Amino acid sequence: MTPGFDLWVYLSSTPLLWLTVTLIVWASAERIAIASGRHPAVNPVLISIIVLGAILILTGTSFATYFQGAQFVHFLLGPAIVAIAVPLYRNLDRVRENTLPMIAALVAGSVTAVVSALSVAAIFGVPEPVLVSLAPKSVTAGVAMGIAEQFGGQPALTAVLVVTTGLIGAIIVTPLMNVLGLKDYAARGFAAGLAAHGIGTARAFVVDEVAGTFAGIAMALNAVLTALILPLILYWFLT
Amino acid sequence: MPGPVIGLLILFAGLFVAQNFGSITSASVNDTTLGRGASGLLQHLSLLFVPAGVGVIDHLGLLSSYGPVLFLALLVSTTLSLAVTALVFTGIKSWQSGRNAS
Repeated sequence: MTPGFDLWVYLSSTPLLWLTVTLIVWASAERIAIASGRHPAVNPVLISIIVLGAILILTGTSFATYFQGAQFVHFLLGPAIVAIAVPLYRNLDRVRENTLPMIAALVAGSVTAVVSALSVAAIFGVPEPVLVSLAPKSVTAGVAMGIAEQFGGQPALTAVLVVTTGLIGAIIVTPLMNVLGLKDYAARGFAAGLAAHGIGTARAFVVDEVAGTFAGIAMALNAVLTALILPLILYWFLT
Repeated sequence: MPGPVIGLLILFAGLFVAQNFGSITSASVNDTTLGRGASGLLQHLSLLFVPAGVGVIDHLGLLSSYGPVLFLALLVSTTLSLAVTALVFTGIKSWQSGRNAS
């Protein structure tokens, strides 16, 4: 028995293996993103998911086994939302100046996010349980999964759609805002956080701290508003 | 209301209590243990979505039938909601400053 093999036996029997693999893959993906100069298309989340997914399929590991280790990372999604209180407190003056634009943009964006996704999917005949799983896709993962479960969707599918939404948003937000000619970092960040939750917020924090703060606020507000309006929209849409 | 959002509000209120006791200001909060912890967590925010995203391997069957349509729905919806949110935000803001100026 080599020491390396002993270590392998120990790691593979505990959740630590997949936690370690997740962190190593993430650190490598971050290096690639930094080497690209944080180009929007080189997204570390997307790289990590592709690499980890390939490793799981090639080693014949089930997602349930993987998640026993990775859940420690997943758990931190909740505390991370709580942590937004700190930049919110620090930038409160900037936030106060923008109260009215934020409220208007929140309502318009939140309704647009849900109705446009449901409309496109419904036109192509996507069945109802999948529509319910799709509806909260702009909301941060932990909250969206709860909403999907409540209305008879599949939380695990919602998680995938949420992450995909976040990736699309994080990749297109910078070029889209440049095309629209919007230079206000508060508005750009708010849109990123509303449409693309934590992954959009992470992108916004990379670009600018003010953008990141507004993204974080939008993510938190949209989680609350979507939870409130989704029952009405689903009722109207599915009957 | 979702649990993490309630947590955010409690911490936010707690920061104001701490400010009233003179232990922090908005300039110094980043140098506290709490401030460092919060910014550390937010700097690595996108890592936290990786485990949920890897769940895609359990849905490859569903995605082979509805994948392209779902992706189209996400692409259209994300583009529209980004644009609508940012345009409404800047529209209301310039309307507000125009009204204040006149």
